[in-house]
Amino acid sequence: METPKPEIPKVTLPQMETLTETSARIASRSGPPSPASATVEPRWARWALIGTAVAFLSLFLLLPLVAVFTEAFRLGVGLYVAAITDPDALSAIRLTLLTAAIAVPLNTIFGLAAAWSITRFEFPGKNLLGTLIDLPFAVSPVIAGLIFVLLLGARSHLGGWLNAHDINIIFAAPGIIIATAFVTFPFVARELIPVMDAAGIDEELAALTLGASGWQMFIRVTLPKIKWGLLYGIVICNARAMGEFGAVSVVSGHIRGLTNTMPLAVEILYNDYQFSAAFAVASLLTLLALITLGAKAILDRREELKIRRSLIVDRTNLAA
Amino acid sequence: MPGFGLTMGYTVTYLSLLALIPLSTIAFETAGMGWNRFFAVVTSPRVLAAFRLSLGASIVGASVNVVFGLIVAWTLVRYRFPGRAILDALVDLPFALPTSVAGITLTAIYAQNGWIGKLLAPLGIRVAFTPLGVIVALTFIGLPFVVRTVQPVLQELEPELEEAAATLGATRWQTFRRVIGPMLIPATITGFALAFARALGEYGSVVFISGNLPMRTEIVPLLIMNKLEEFDYQGATAIALVMLLISFTMLFLINTMQRWAVRRSRMA
Repeated sequence: METPKPEIPKVTLPQMETLTETSARIASRSGPPSPASATVEPRWARWALIGTAVAFLSLFLLLPLVAVFTEAFRLGVGLYVAAITDPDALSAIRLTLLTAAIAVPLNTIFGLAAAWSITRFEFPGKNLLGTLIDLPFAVSPVIAGLIFVLLLGARSHLGGWLNAHDINIIFAAPGIIIATAFVTFPFVARELIPVMDAAGIDEELAALTLGASGWQMFIRVTLPKIKWGLLYGIVICNARAMGEFGAVSVVSGHIRGLTNTMPLAVEILYNDYQFSAAFAVASLLTLLALITLGAKAILDRREELKIRRSLIVDRTNLAA
Repeated sequence: MPGFGLTMGYTVTYLSLLALIPLSTIAFETAGMGWNRFFAVVTSPRVLAAFRLSLGASIVGASVNVVFGLIVAWTLVRYRFPGRAILDALVDLPFALPTSVAGITLTAIYAQNGWIGKLLAPLGIRVAFTPLGVIVALTFIGLPFVVRTVQPVLQELEPELEEAAATLGATRWQTFRRVIGPMLIPATITGFALAFARALGEYGSVVFISGNLPMRTEIVPLLIMNKLEEFDYQGATAIALVMLLISFTMLFLINTMQRWAVRRSRMA
């Protein structure tokens, strides 16, 4: 016969109840109206709201995304490849890359300079400067193109002079680059202003006291603090630079193969009834947009950039 | 802090060369044309019809975005469901997608043989090449604004306020109407104004789906483009000046609104 082992009584430490659990326990005991049910929507309302939001976003965002790629591959992969390796398409891709390669660095330097002067110094007209940085948001892309045609086109004094010296700006690549730079100049500045504001100047002052020069301080201290905000601004600026259509359409003059960027090539192919080719080029631009959104989503998670959201009101106030 | 002269000098020079001097050409060009000619251009029936369509469709588009933008912002902030993060990231698509791509894609979807056009055709509803198509395009282009202005306000909202309302016996609907709703008003109006301003100047996404029928589906930026193609620079500039005046008024109102909202939140 086996002798039963003496049972060792289990000792469990009394678990601390958190304050929320206590209140939840009390609330559940005290019956309705319980605070828990009053701070949460009823289940049917929750599902109705989620359903509406998902339906709206699917209709306006997901459906167009699916449509671009469906239309692009409608006539098969062979024609898709043929469309994006066509000499006209390739020259449009080259001009788009060139435009971004010039406009984005220019606007990055501008953004750094503007954010530095606005967040580090007090001066009369600071609010006005903030408003001026937002200017392109208030100007229709078509008007953005128009002002450069008026300034640099053959009718103006400046344009006449340029013409006499055989310098083509309007209806040529330089015009496209200038118009693109105009449309995209706010983006880096607007991302950097709140980031620099939040980063403060304590470390910079310390660096200066320790004998750093202005450049050393900027490269070694400021830049590392704002790098993610800077990258964020550059990503957005680049997406807009490669995708600008209205302003570029006005200054390009539509010379086939010579002054077309990718968004213009999309229009020309479409108006030529080469729908699949138009959507093939469009799919490349859509891919760029998706990569931009992905990069944005990743950067959004970074701690330094979280302040951006909460500062959205103050930031626009700065521009007031 | 070092660098004031350098950064300030660069900023002002860059802004002057790239924005101020080019924009001043609008004033010079209009000044050169005389009041009578200016008035004749901007009050011609075709231009007035375009302004009616642009203003009307922009208001409708921005209003649609207020209703659905509030629902989307609320859903993305308050609920967790599969696909939420992807939808949240996708909200910015209209910012990132080139407008000509948006234009041809929406046209393909809403044309009579398109995915949605096909469904609406038997009901007698035509979208592409009608004013309704303009509204669809402007709704698409303005979609991020209300969502992105309301979202941060919802995120910052302290749960204590809703709990307090609940303890005082408010139903969920009362809490929403009396406590949460009023706090969302400034952000919602800002979002509406931003979406409206963007829609008013929009060109690329509209010109494909609108069909550009004179007096019926022509938007104002398209008329500027048409005048330029006819080398009527003065006509184009006259229309541009009116548009700029409307846009700057909007910008001014938005900024006033923001200051009011900040003052209100500081008082609270």
